[in-house]
Amino acid sequence: MKLSAGPLILLGVLLAFPLVIQDAYYQHLMILVLMWVAVGSGWNLISGYTGQVLFGAAAFFGIGAYAAAILPHQFDASAWWGLPLGVIVSVGLAFPFGWICFRLRGPYFALGTLALAEILRHVATIWESLTNGMVGILVMQTWISKVPYYYMALALAILSTVGVKAVMGSRWGYYFVSIREDQDAAESLGINTLYYKMISLGLSAVLIGLAGALYTNYMGFIDPKVVFSLHDVSIMAILVGIVGGVSTVYGPAVGAFIMVAVMEAFRSAGFGLLPYLTKSTGWPFMVTVTKYVSEAHVLSFGILVIVVILYLPNGVVGDWSALKRMLGFGKREAV
Amino acid sequence: MAYFETKNIVKYFGGLAAVNGVSFQVEQGQIYGLIGPNGSGKTTIFNLINSYFPLTKGDVYFEGEKISGLKTHTVCQRGIGRTFQVVKPLKRMTVLDNVIASAFLHARTKAEAVQLAEKTIEFCDLAPLETKVAKSLPIASRKRLEIARALATKPKLLLLDETAAGLNPSEVELAIDLIKKIRDSGTTIIIVEHIMRVIMTISDRILCINHGMVIAEGTPAEVASNPQVISAYLGEDYRA
Repeated sequence: MKLSAGPLILLGVLLAFPLVIQDAYYQHLMILVLMWVAVGSGWNLISGYTGQVLFGAAAFFGIGAYAAAILPHQFDASAWWGLPLGVIVSVGLAFPFGWICFRLRGPYFALGTLALAEILRHVATIWESLTNGMVGILVMQTWISKVPYYYMALALAILSTVGVKAVMGSRWGYYFVSIREDQDAAESLGINTLYYKMISLGLSAVLIGLAGALYTNYMGFIDPKVVFSLHDVSIMAILVGIVGGVSTVYGPAVGAFIMVAVMEAFRSAGFGLLPYLTKSTGWPFMVTVTKYVSEAHVLSFGILVIVVILYLPNGVVGDWSALKRMLGFGKREAV
Repeated sequence: MAYFETKNIVKYFGGLAAVNGVSFQVEQGQIYGLIGPNGSGKTTIFNLINSYFPLTKGDVYFEGEKISGLKTHTVCQRGIGRTFQVVKPLKRMTVLDNVIASAFLHARTKAEAVQLAEKTIEFCDLAPLETKVAKSLPIASRKRLEIARALATKPKLLLLDETAAGLNPSEVELAIDLIKKIRDSGTTIIIVEHIMRVIMTISDRILCINHGMVIAEGTPAEVASNPQVISAYLGEDYRA
């Protein structure tokens, strides 16, 4: 019972969060975190557990987002129908893509997924009659308050985490890990590796596509550059997975929290600290620093990845005991 | 018709005939030995049987049905398990998880798979190592794990590829015992082996190949006294 106490307390905190913290800014950040939990879990399923690195999470995220946006834009339907439609469309994309591209192994598959996301970004840009092209699509938000969105994102995050945990304890989970560890051995053990890789990619697409559809409903505006973004979606998904811990159930949750915090720290230039210093000191030098820092979040991703790979190759969750030692919590063991 | 049969199987790698017209028949319940010098095509024959490589020519029959041309995983589902000469454990999984993963082939529920896996691990004397991660095992245990994993798919025919290679003499004895135990439990076995003490003691019949072609077939005694086999193994000077 002690083991299940942690997640339950966390769940309680998350449920109470929007009631306690009523600042829309922090609610917004938490919604982003929860969405990234879903995307990260999806990424983790195909890349962490099944070992087929997905470099184009944006393909599923974007197509889910566009499924939700095109409904009100073209058909006068509610964008909420985009949630089921986003799932159908992204799985409908994942299966044929997987069927073709899972003949490729390792980095070649990763490049294939990268190409898929880029192709879709171009399609969304060029097919103006359907997608409005670069102008993007504006969707009327249902609620002004962020609280309903928060709980939906929370439900999605819980679904992702619990879903991944359930899948990994089942036949599928064993097959996914077998494929990651040795595809030839798996095939010789009677596992239809192509089929199960497609299942794994399909499940990933469900989670990532759902997150994309929710993103449209929440943000109320999407364009191809945002939802098919290479660094803001595809690479972010990889970072959430790697920083949190590849092949760990709770890794994406931790990773999402850290990554959103890091991204926001840079975007807002140290949560407003640098602009404040600029104002109070009035140095022209600080203006330049603030400008560069706020534009450096992609650079910060790079540095973060290097640090994580060097010191925590299994991510924060995977290397939790090593991390505790590094930070000095585990000193008693040394004595 | 024989229980298992290959008819004139041929495999070309580019211009090289790795296997060239090999035909043999295995009866149910037999241990069938496959020998030959290094690079003579033994492992390639295994790879052809379980469709790891596509055949260039020829057919493979099992229980009266043609199995050549099927996918690797389908061949396994039909009841042909195999082990790899260069062992392929699922490294970051425990021994038990390794075997569970393959036990799922015939188990409907997880509980069933775990039960079958545990029974198989017991059968292969791996129980003390059950919770160890596969990559931490020494070679002898890895070879055993390879067998346990193949057995958990409930094969009717088991292809063993150099199960005794790299083992010390006492481990070889244990390997022989295990192979006999598998045969006694009703599984037909085709075994590739370099260690003559193993292959000569356990095989019912032996096929010797060189340069991808059959040079002798028969009981262990017949093959061992065949002049072509002796010259293939020891060189022309030793020809009786």
